[in-house]
Amino acid sequence: MEIPYVVQPRQDTGLYNAKVGIWLFLASEVMLFGALFSSYIILRIGAAPGEWPVGLLNVWIGMGNTLVLITSSITVVLAWASLKMNNFAKFKVYQGFTILLAMTFVVIKSFEYTDKFTHYEVVLQDNTIYDGHLKERTPTHVVIHGHKVEHGRHAEGEAHGSKTPHTDIRIERAQIKKMENYGPWHNTYLAIYFTLTALHALHVIGGAVVIGYLWGPGSKLWKTDPERFTNRIEISGLFWHFVDLVWIFLFPVLYLL
Amino acid sequence: MSLKAFHIVFIAASTLLVLGFGAWCLRNYFGKNGAGVDLALGAGSFLLAAGLVIYGKYFLKKLKRISYL
Repeated sequence: MEIPYVVQPRQDTGLYNAKVGIWLFLASEVMLFGALFSSYIILRIGAAPGEWPVGLLNVWIGMGNTLVLITSSITVVLAWASLKMNNFAKFKVYQGFTILLAMTFVVIKSFEYTDKFTHYEVVLQDNTIYDGHLKERTPTHVVIHGHKVEHGRHAEGEAHGSKTPHTDIRIERAQIKKMENYGPWHNTYLAIYFTLTALHALHVIGGAVVIGYLWGPGSKLWKTDPERFTNRIEISGLFWHFVDLVWIFLFPVLYLL
Repeated sequence: MSLKAFHIVFIAASTLLVLGFGAWCLRNYFGKNGAGVDLALGAGSFLLAAGLVIYGKYFLKKLKRISYL
């Protein structure tokens, strides 16, 4: 028995099976990200005035990654349009760029994560706080490249990436009361930041794997069933656009506001 | 909704974001510690927003034959 509407759309809906499937899947994704966005809003509104950290992230890196994703959406749609115009060679070029841009996004994100995991807040026994990047760690002392901070300055967004001069600071272990990096355990903001961006990065990686497969071994289908292959590219493009659209919301919420 | 329609939605959202980013840069420029780079980035963002609108029009023209469904 042949499955209907695998390639040709149904007359009444104008949709083929895979398109219905991807939109149902994207609806579930909207609920997933929507729940996390709602959590973010509730946590942010619930925070005491002046307590929500701002300025912890590098806006220029975030904006750079935003431009990378916007460009990748353009290349993914141009790849699909090339197939519609029967130009397989152009498809290969555009989709190759999409894969490269996806990898660029992940690499930039990994640099951002590394920066956060090597960035420490050190509280001394006398409650003095030092903030900076770990340079050396021995059983007797640690050296951070950073500066001394006053209480509350983190909340006002002056601690990270500020114009305060940074120097190498040697701190004896015996003086340290608490030492913690800027991982998801550091505060509520970083917990939701890592949850949202890691989930998003997983989607980018997943999308890139699918697009990569259709660009490489999966592209053989073009020779035997070009219409079905073009549909597959459209489906992967719809997913890619969703992932990019999520970032369009994530960037201002996490980096600017 | 086809990829064509979703792409138009995406470009519209991106344009709004870039405009918002431009406004954010200008707010910084006119703020306490405003620097020339904020003004340059703000202006650059508005130019980019204009570029996205032009691209959107070109895209619609190029894919005139393809359905929105």
